[in-house]
Amino acid sequence: MSAKESTFADRLLGRVSPAGLLSLVAPVTAIVFAALVTMVILGLIGAPPVDTLVAMGEYAVRPRSIVLTLNAATYFYLSALAVAIGFKMNLFNIGVDGQYRLAALTAAAVGGAVALPAPLHVALIIFVAVLVGAGWAAIAGLLKVRRGVSEVISTIMLNAIATALGSWLLNKERLAVEVAGSNNIGTKPIPASGQVPGLAIVSGTQTKVFGLILLSIAMGVLFHVVINRTRFGFDLRATGRSEPAAVASGVNVKRMILVSMILSGAVAGLVGMPQLLGSSYSYSLDFPTGLGFTGIAIALLGRNHPVGIAFGALLWAFLNTSAGILQLKKISPDIVNIMQGVIVLSVIVAYELVHRYQVAAEQRRVSRQMANTPAEEGTPA
Amino acid sequence: MHAVVGENGAGKSTLMKILYGMQRPDEGRIRVNGAEVGFRSPGDAIGVGIGMVHQHFMLAGNLTVLENVILGSEPRKRGVAIDFGAARARIREISDSYGLGIDPDVTVEDLGVGARQRVEILKVLYRGARILILDEPTAVLVPQEVKELFANLRELVREGLTIIFISHKLDEVLSVADAITVIRRGTTVAEVDPKDVSARQLAELMVGSELPSPQTGESTVTDTVAISVRDLRVHSDGERCVVDDVSFDIRRGEVLGIAGVEGNGQAELVEAIMGMRPADGEIRLGEHDISGWTTLRRREAGIGYIPEDRHRHGLLLEAPLWENRILGHQTRRPNVKGPWIDRAGAREDTRRIVESYDVRTPGIDVDASALSGGNQQKLIVGREMSGDPVFLIASHPTRGVDVGAQAAIWDHLRAARAAGLAVLLISADLDELIGLSDTLRVILRGRIVAEVDPKDVTPERLGSAMTGAGEAA
Amino acid sequence: MSQNALATPEAPFLRPETPARRFRLTWRTLLLALGALVLLLSFTRSVTGAVDLTSAGAINAAIALAIPIGLAGLGGLWAERAGVVNIGLEGMMIMGTWCGAWGAIQFANPWAGVVAGAIGGALGGLLHAIATVTFGVDHIISGVAITILSEGVTRFLSKVTFAEMPGGGDSQSPPVPKPEVVSLPLVGDPLRALEAERWFLLSDAAGILRGLTTNVSLLTILAILLVPLSYYVLWRTAFGLRLRSCGESPVAAESLGVNVYLHKYVAVVVSGALAGLGGAFLAQVAASAYREGQTGGRGFIGLAAMIFGNWRPGGLAGGALLFGYTDALQLRRGGESVHALLLVVVILLVAVAVYQLVRQNRTRAALITGVAAVAVFVVFALTDSIPSEFTSVTPHITTLLVLSLAAQRLRPPAANGMVYRRGQGK
Repeated sequence: MSAKESTFADRLLGRVSPAGLLSLVAPVTAIVFAALVTMVILGLIGAPPVDTLVAMGEYAVRPRSIVLTLNAATYFYLSALAVAIGFKMNLFNIGVDGQYRLAALTAAAVGGAVALPAPLHVALIIFVAVLVGAGWAAIAGLLKVRRGVSEVISTIMLNAIATALGSWLLNKERLAVEVAGSNNIGTKPIPASGQVPGLAIVSGTQTKVFGLILLSIAMGVLFHVVINRTRFGFDLRATGRSEPAAVASGVNVKRMILVSMILSGAVAGLVGMPQLLGSSYSYSLDFPTGLGFTGIAIALLGRNHPVGIAFGALLWAFLNTSAGILQLKKISPDIVNIMQGVIVLSVIVAYELVHRYQVAAEQRRVSRQMANTPAEEGTPA
Repeated sequence: MHAVVGENGAGKSTLMKILYGMQRPDEGRIRVNGAEVGFRSPGDAIGVGIGMVHQHFMLAGNLTVLENVILGSEPRKRGVAIDFGAARARIREISDSYGLGIDPDVTVEDLGVGARQRVEILKVLYRGARILILDEPTAVLVPQEVKELFANLRELVREGLTIIFISHKLDEVLSVADAITVIRRGTTVAEVDPKDVSARQLAELMVGSELPSPQTGESTVTDTVAISVRDLRVHSDGERCVVDDVSFDIRRGEVLGIAGVEGNGQAELVEAIMGMRPADGEIRLGEHDISGWTTLRRREAGIGYIPEDRHRHGLLLEAPLWENRILGHQTRRPNVKGPWIDRAGAREDTRRIVESYDVRTPGIDVDASALSGGNQQKLIVGREMSGDPVFLIASHPTRGVDVGAQAAIWDHLRAARAAGLAVLLISADLDELIGLSDTLRVILRGRIVAEVDPKDVTPERLGSAMTGAGEAA
Repeated sequence: MSQNALATPEAPFLRPETPARRFRLTWRTLLLALGALVLLLSFTRSVTGAVDLTSAGAINAAIALAIPIGLAGLGGLWAERAGVVNIGLEGMMIMGTWCGAWGAIQFANPWAGVVAGAIGGALGGLLHAIATVTFGVDHIISGVAITILSEGVTRFLSKVTFAEMPGGGDSQSPPVPKPEVVSLPLVGDPLRALEAERWFLLSDAAGILRGLTTNVSLLTILAILLVPLSYYVLWRTAFGLRLRSCGESPVAAESLGVNVYLHKYVAVVVSGALAGLGGAFLAQVAASAYREGQTGGRGFIGLAAMIFGNWRPGGLAGGALLFGYTDALQLRRGGESVHALLLVVVILLVAVAVYQLVRQNRTRAALITGVAAVAVFVVFALTDSIPSEFTSVTPHITTLLVLSLAAQRLRPPAANGMVYRRGQGK
């Protein structure tokens, strides 16, 4: 194996080893386990477990459902990428939630206030979103670098503060106007020049796929290239794997923390864009919330790998869509939340077990191949 | 007092862990006082009166001596509460009767190495152990502290205790043991009486062949100063000066050894030179004053670094070998092209290092954690040499590696020195220091307190300089 | 050699290199500090006229709001002293809110709710222990996952239970029976009279005392007692020493026959039970029903209170009171009270600046603090009140400020947050 170069498929799986397939065992086990748990709960509340799951599956493969799944996956994916940037260097950006909401609100307000030619208008809105997301994340980065405040706590607090700031801004005295035909309020709608048209790629339905799905895909590719192919990405991964080793190798860890926090926030700024530019055109009280936490779950599910995250985002969106049928069957759709929670928890346990097995297996393999050299004291850690 | 000797990796530590119930034997029997025993945990071993003093202290720094000592067998009153009074009295009593001089109420992190070891011994005695296992107890002590330790141990033996003493320092073993067992590659190769053998014979039993020894041969020192350090000061926690006015020059082709008891500022000195820790003073590399430079820039200018703790500072354990090749050299060819990582170049060069430095590995895609310590270290040495260094910091370069790798690493250091490299060598192995260095300095409490000529110094004299006894001389 | 790497744990990012010098809190300094605090508050009250700074109602509310934060903090203390970071406290607290409300309604007995809340939290803790201790999952990841799971579970459960009950809904329970409240007899009325006089200091002290002694829930008293109890168990008993040794040096603990896994399990389950109790308190005492999202991040704030308290029960209680107090103020004429609080912040900042200049000789730091004081003062002077949207996040902003001032002087348990596997000492 050492002699021949890795194939593209190997690299796609992110691990150049025969154990690559083993990585798939973990998520599959977790999903099966979660399905079993869900069936038990369905049984307990008196719904037919198998029939219900089958109905959910059937509902989710209808053309309209597929579009909804793809659309949800579009922003889930961006959110998970934002989280994954931090995770790659052991930085927990729990604050994606606040970052994207604040970014979407300001970007919507700016987009509604100006009129520009189409590509420039869209670019401006996205630019503002990225800027606000990055700026809000930078607060947590600075607090960590300058004052040693754990980013876990600070980003959570900043989420709450972002909510407060958002509701202060989204007021008729400031950025909000009344949404026509409802008692909802939102920012001034973005004119057509700032909207991104949908793509009619799924036949059999009128609903269109968000145009910005292309942005999601592009960000995934960019993420992969930056993390794996650039010096910056190497420094980032090195810091995540061992901070002291990174310091000794000349990485400026404080700078890396700040930069990756800002990058994570910048990507978080994009999270609200597919919805804003592709469907709602205004940030109102019913703009989707909680996407940041979903992003954490999906990043864990996809092991911070761009392809893994894509599957994670699709799975999550698929489950959300499939819950649509439950209401009709008089079952609480929240059962899907439990299923998702169980998947996350069991997948991280499963990954850990697989990881241990792989490390042990590799050590065994190496020592078997090296059997002719003298044994050494202690086990290599 | 029974000594078990063997080279690094001979299986001494494993044997002791089995005796202490930390690891389970595959087969075989253990008898204590004639009765066969089987241990499933250290608790069982403690139960039959076996106590262990570990090579790496098993102490919680944030807890007091008292808490560390009584942990696991606390005296109680009313069933649940700890009887602190009784514990304190008991510790004082043991400390006084064996002359250990331990205060139960200080925090362990405030203690020095020697005192910590006495706390470890106290811990074992407190549990009423009659059989003490000491795993390489002298590894971290200077000769004077070793003498005190041996005095303490003889006191214990007089009281009727049994001591199993593990070491690879033969002169110590010969001076203190009543019986010696030699093990090699996990089996007993000889049982000898210390009165009947010489250190040389013992050593050959241990290694099974000729002994490697660090010898530098001809001097290669030139007149060109490669690195010059002036008045270097490092402060820790704001006030305390851990490196104090250190100055030295190292010329091309010269190895400067720094001797000293661990924790006397060596680590801080190295980190200051690497730019990993703020320091005052001047550091000149060739023409340039580099004291304001970042770690990265210093590395690019040609400083190589073999860190003391390779797992913490030298490797990414969960990354493949070829990515470890890039570490510390992530701005230089063949690893990168502009801002891009050059995978092909880095992999190719990793293969070269694996080949020419004899890193035993099935390939360059295995994670660094899968390699043995010696091979990890050879990879690091190869990597640092590949950066065309003009100055190399080698911090404990052969710690925890097997004999073969040790000899190989010494060869590489000698070859690099002959090629004109300036080396700062820091080691706890006095033989290594004396054998490899052209010049030797002794560091004590952050200050250079003595300069000795490696050609006519013995480990004993070096040891006394390291403890400050040499200051007067 | 692998030992070496494990015995000298990697410090998390930017942890201070050396411990802060140990600071012994004596009764005298404590009382002095309390006195100074009352003086400061009454001064601010008389200058700004924001009576709620020291009113009995605000103090009473502050205590009630400090309890859930303090209980979460105690939960954090138990877990982290045993070396397990418990960011899942929030999730365990969420479990506690639902279980507390459900138990109290189902058995028509508030104390059944208290027990149910603790059990619900403990279940979350058990899950966290299984993931982190047995399976060695990263503590923060497991904690986040448990919080996500708890949200889903409670949302689902309240739809299948509370939605069916009269007065309940999809995201809200019917009113929940409350534990009894008690008052110290005979002091309430005289103190009320004194408080109404608005005399400098005297009335303020009376307000604070009345807030502490009247209409206090029995559950509050129970929760307060848990602080000294935790201290006793963790610092005075053999079990507590063993538990703490798992957080400081699990390798050493195991070498002495301490069952590290067991102690970690107990610690994390107790941690969850305490957080669950905090959740039950929220549903039963602080509010009078379960509501979705009721915890509002208090589990995380509790963790911050614990960090603020330097992983000690007393400090943690102080942190919880601080956060509870700011939380209470925002509920009681928030705009005006929080606005007055700005003045308190100004005075404190000035005091810090003077201290930095005179005692520590740190001119630059003093200057920065001074500028911050002036900035806050300008905001205070130019506004009359804080918009209600912002008063609701007073505790969160306080958390950020307190942590950014305190985080570098702290001493967490040495092996905190690190995965320990049995037999690592080999």
